[in-house]
Amino acid sequence: MAHARKAMFKRILIANRGEIAVRVLRACHEMGIAAVVVYSDVDRAALHVRKADEAYPIGAAAASESYLNIRKILDVAERSVADAIHPGYGFLSENAKFAQACADAGVKFIGPTAAAMEAMGSKTRARQAMEKAGVPFVPGTSRGVESFEEAEQVAAKVGYPVMLKAAAGGGGKGMRLVHAPEELKSALEAARSEAERSFGDSEVYIEKAIVNPRHIEMQVLADEHGNTVYLGERECSLQRRHQKVLEEAPSPIVDADMRRRMGEVAVRVAQAANYTNAGTVEFLVDHEKNFYFLEMNTRLQVEHPVTELIAGLDLVHLQIRIAAGEKLPFKQNDVRIRGHAIECRIYAEDPDNNYFPSPGKITLLQEPAGPGIRIDSGIYEGWTVPVDYDPLLAKLIGYGTDREQAIARLTRALNEYFVGGIETNIALFRRILRDSDFRDAMLDTGFLERLLKRPEDKPADSRAAVVGAIAAGLFAALGSAEQGTGNSAGSGSPAAEKLSSNWKSASRHEALR
Amino acid sequence: MLYDITINGRNYRLELNCADGRWSCCLDGRDFEVDAVLARPDVLSLRIGNLAYEVKSERVANDLHLWVGSTRFAVEVRDPRSLRGRTRAGDHQGPSKIVAPMPGKVVRLLVSEGDEVEPGGGVAVVEAMKMQNEIKSPKRGTVQKILVSEGAAVNAGDVLAIVE
Repeated sequence: MAHARKAMFKRILIANRGEIAVRVLRACHEMGIAAVVVYSDVDRAALHVRKADEAYPIGAAAASESYLNIRKILDVAERSVADAIHPGYGFLSENAKFAQACADAGVKFIGPTAAAMEAMGSKTRARQAMEKAGVPFVPGTSRGVESFEEAEQVAAKVGYPVMLKAAAGGGGKGMRLVHAPEELKSALEAARSEAERSFGDSEVYIEKAIVNPRHIEMQVLADEHGNTVYLGERECSLQRRHQKVLEEAPSPIVDADMRRRMGEVAVRVAQAANYTNAGTVEFLVDHEKNFYFLEMNTRLQVEHPVTELIAGLDLVHLQIRIAAGEKLPFKQNDVRIRGHAIECRIYAEDPDNNYFPSPGKITLLQEPAGPGIRIDSGIYEGWTVPVDYDPLLAKLIGYGTDREQAIARLTRALNEYFVGGIETNIALFRRILRDSDFRDAMLDTGFLERLLKRPEDKPADSRAAVVGAIAAGLFAALGSAEQGTGNSAGSGSPAAEKLSSNWKSASRHEALR
Repeated sequence: MLYDITINGRNYRLELNCADGRWSCCLDGRDFEVDAVLARPDVLSLRIGNLAYEVKSERVANDLHLWVGSTRFAVEVRDPRSLRGRTRAGDHQGPSKIVAPMPGKVVRLLVSEGDEVEPGGGVAVVEAMKMQNEIKSPKRGTVQKILVSEGAAVNAGDVLAIVE
């Protein structure tokens, strides 16, 4: 990277939390830029606050009182004399009002303009603009449906199954798959109320559902001088409840020709909206490898690291440089894809309890390292994961010369990874990575639900049980010898202590004497 | 030292004796020589013969877990000489408490007092970390009591309703 020019920002406000706030903060520090962060009442001890140059409290845990509060964030921008704001993903990242408010306040929003966002942010408006640019679409409405009667008519016309989607949506919120006419009414009501709750906008539109498609997306980058490039695709077919769980790049089914065709469509989509900065064009891909435009995400994606690894670029550095007015430092022909990268989204959720969120105190954290392993994490040992936000803890990314090596490194890293005290989905990734369909790259958006329906064929390990029994006694014996009162396994969260039934804690205590 | 240990539902009796930093273990009559180092709190490095293991300990809610490699075991350790190390009887009969599995907010109650519920039937919807989760009844029965109202904040383990 060229060293910062005179026009480069001196201070960037990061309007986010969790791993993405830390990831942006690191880019700021790499570029010699001061990182200003904001935090809610429950995030004072969060990692992004610990690592920041300046940190400002912005209110209560509820996002509407803090991370979604435009006035408070702009107030901090003014007080901290920040030149620019990086919104991360989620929260205000795709909020055109916020982008406009930043522009009005004279602080640079690191992302597209409000106008480009408005064209794209509402999926239905995006659709109208794209149809003109000759972008391939799944059949459906290009506007939100006004009434149940209209929904009935549209669904009958495109044919069941249909998908209901929130116009302002993302991340699976406000989405419903409808198999038959009799399910439509309740699904429409549910999608509307979820859309209203999640985005403050109940507009819902209808598309023909492509059953078990692949979900493949194209990263684009556009500077403010009319240059737009694509940086290759990401395969994001592994989803649960429409939330991505594992992503990889490149897609195992996309060859150079398909990549070029998808990339060129993605660039056309971006250019049709005068798009600037980083963005992602999502496609559904059917079994014949036909691809259909799904939506454009006008932000940095959670899964951006896999593209960074195979393209050898730092997308956050580039976002910042583009926002500062620099030209893209390379042309389309300079972009080279090398190797293979896979990302696992490590969530605080309980696999034995239908993947319910599992917030709480992290009593032990052992993170993997070594060749080809990257961790973008927002957690640390001793920190309590709050109940108030998305359960993403960290992203574990494996890189290798090819897909096989990336899987091998990731498998090895997952075996090193340990998060104690809360439930996580780490074991799910071990299972995915050893699945024969996954290894054969037979992926679609129904993959994970099918995998989870099958019983896990894990051989009982009697030796491990014997080792566990010996260790249980030794923990008790060593704990009582070294600490007097009990082994460290007893240091659960206060809530856990409270819950612990009397007879158990009593017997444990006595066992440790 | 003598321990009664239950691992994933199976009972073991373990006798431990320490001499010169080495542990002689007798597990249900089988003898093992063990070299144990507590690498840090909650992390035990074991050599059983020359085989090396790392075992991690954690508490989740009211359960003690040990991890041997990537295999997790639910563990209970009791001192057999203690009278209090006995399981309480009767946990499986009578009224079932429907508890919140995680902290969150009750967004909807799906039943009223006096309603009949089937096994797996929804009782309440709890929202946590932006996800809505239906809390289900483990058995058939009548909703005897509802202890929370819509909009209430709940902690993990809080009783939402009682089904009998």
